[in-house]
Amino acid sequence: MDGAAEAPRGMTTELIACHDCDLLQRCVALPAGGVARCVRCQATLYSEKRNGLDRTLALAIAGLVLFVVANSFPFLSFKMQGSITETTLASGVYALHSQGMSAIAGLVLLTTIIAPLAQLSLLLWVLLPIKLDRRIVLQAGAFRVLRRVQPWSMMEIFLIGILVSLVKLADMAEILPGLALWAFALLIVVLAGAGASLDPRAVWSRLEAAR
Amino acid sequence: MSAALTASKASLVGCHDCSLVVQAPPHAPGHSARCPRCGAALHARKIESVRRTWALLIAAAVLYVPANLFPIMRVTSLGNTQTDTIVSGAVYLLLHGMWPLALIVFVASVLVPLLKLTALTYLLVSVQRRSTRRLLDRTRIYRLTELVGRWSMVDIYVVTILVALVQLGALATIEAAPGAVYFGAVVVLTMFAAQSFDPRLIWDPLEDANG
Repeated sequence: MDGAAEAPRGMTTELIACHDCDLLQRCVALPAGGVARCVRCQATLYSEKRNGLDRTLALAIAGLVLFVVANSFPFLSFKMQGSITETTLASGVYALHSQGMSAIAGLVLLTTIIAPLAQLSLLLWVLLPIKLDRRIVLQAGAFRVLRRVQPWSMMEIFLIGILVSLVKLADMAEILPGLALWAFALLIVVLAGAGASLDPRAVWSRLEAAR
Repeated sequence: MSAALTASKASLVGCHDCSLVVQAPPHAPGHSARCPRCGAALHARKIESVRRTWALLIAAAVLYVPANLFPIMRVTSLGNTQTDTIVSGAVYLLLHGMWPLALIVFVASVLVPLLKLTALTYLLVSVQRRSTRRLLDRTRIYRLTELVGRWSMVDIYVVTILVALVQLGALATIEAAPGAVYFGAVVVLTMFAAQSFDPRLIWDPLEDANG
């Protein structure tokens, strides 16, 4: 992507400063699916996503449904000598807390429940009013919090943790996957998809226009 | 490359949250200017980046020792108690023929934090020495460091799941052990350290060298 090419966007030629190397470059129009990279350090500056907002909104809604399912049912059952123990995310967090490991419980709570939920809810908060051509309070603030929350959402790592646990326990006893496990897997795909299809530039220009 | 212009050289600032490029505000002690579009605080560079990153890095390095020395998990089964550190957990998987998972756990929980600590130390030293070499490589190292950090959470999640599932009294009980708290702290601290490092500092000496 040649950063020196000129193409007006809106009324003025927009500039962008690379967030990795601070190089000033002019924004150019991109074809659908195109990605603009910094000429110096190859960082992704922005990309053009057709219907990005619609797709992200749809995925956010789907994600919330999956989130509810994933947390309402056990994701694993452990059967040993007649006793069955089941666990949900919340019961895992609670078990750690009741052992006195509240700090770790808090960390797991944050990264597997709070952050993903915040991600999905904030996406809805920001995108739904845009879709409905309305305004709502704290939209810009919500979008900014969304950016900060994203790195703390670690569901895909949790899934790997489930895999490792499955293997570790398989010798000892019978392990049964629960409904929530599939919801988790789908949720991860949906979260990744929502992140990939989100077009922050489009959101900011819509938020600005709505003011 | 001498035609390259960074935002800071042009007295402009790119908003960290919405990428809008605005005039650098006059320096007012104790206050920062706000982005006109999204309200975020505007900073040419992350505040006290080098100092904060060092502090977080050193804290993480100190805690890395107990995180690996102390057990993260305690398994009690029919009167026998066995404790597992991160490394012994990986070894267990290896001895049971599950070397891919052993590799995942070893890489994620032992190598990744170590690599993060090493990488960030290297980046900080190179920035403080105002090195103009290997700019692109160092930027890539930074991006990798940010990406990979979350993988270390695997062991924390495994402990959570095992603790939640295996609560069968004298038959089998699994508890989290102190090593887990130290380990969680290392993950969190290294994540914050990577976040507080400003990759643009890598490129700044280049601008000064070119005048």
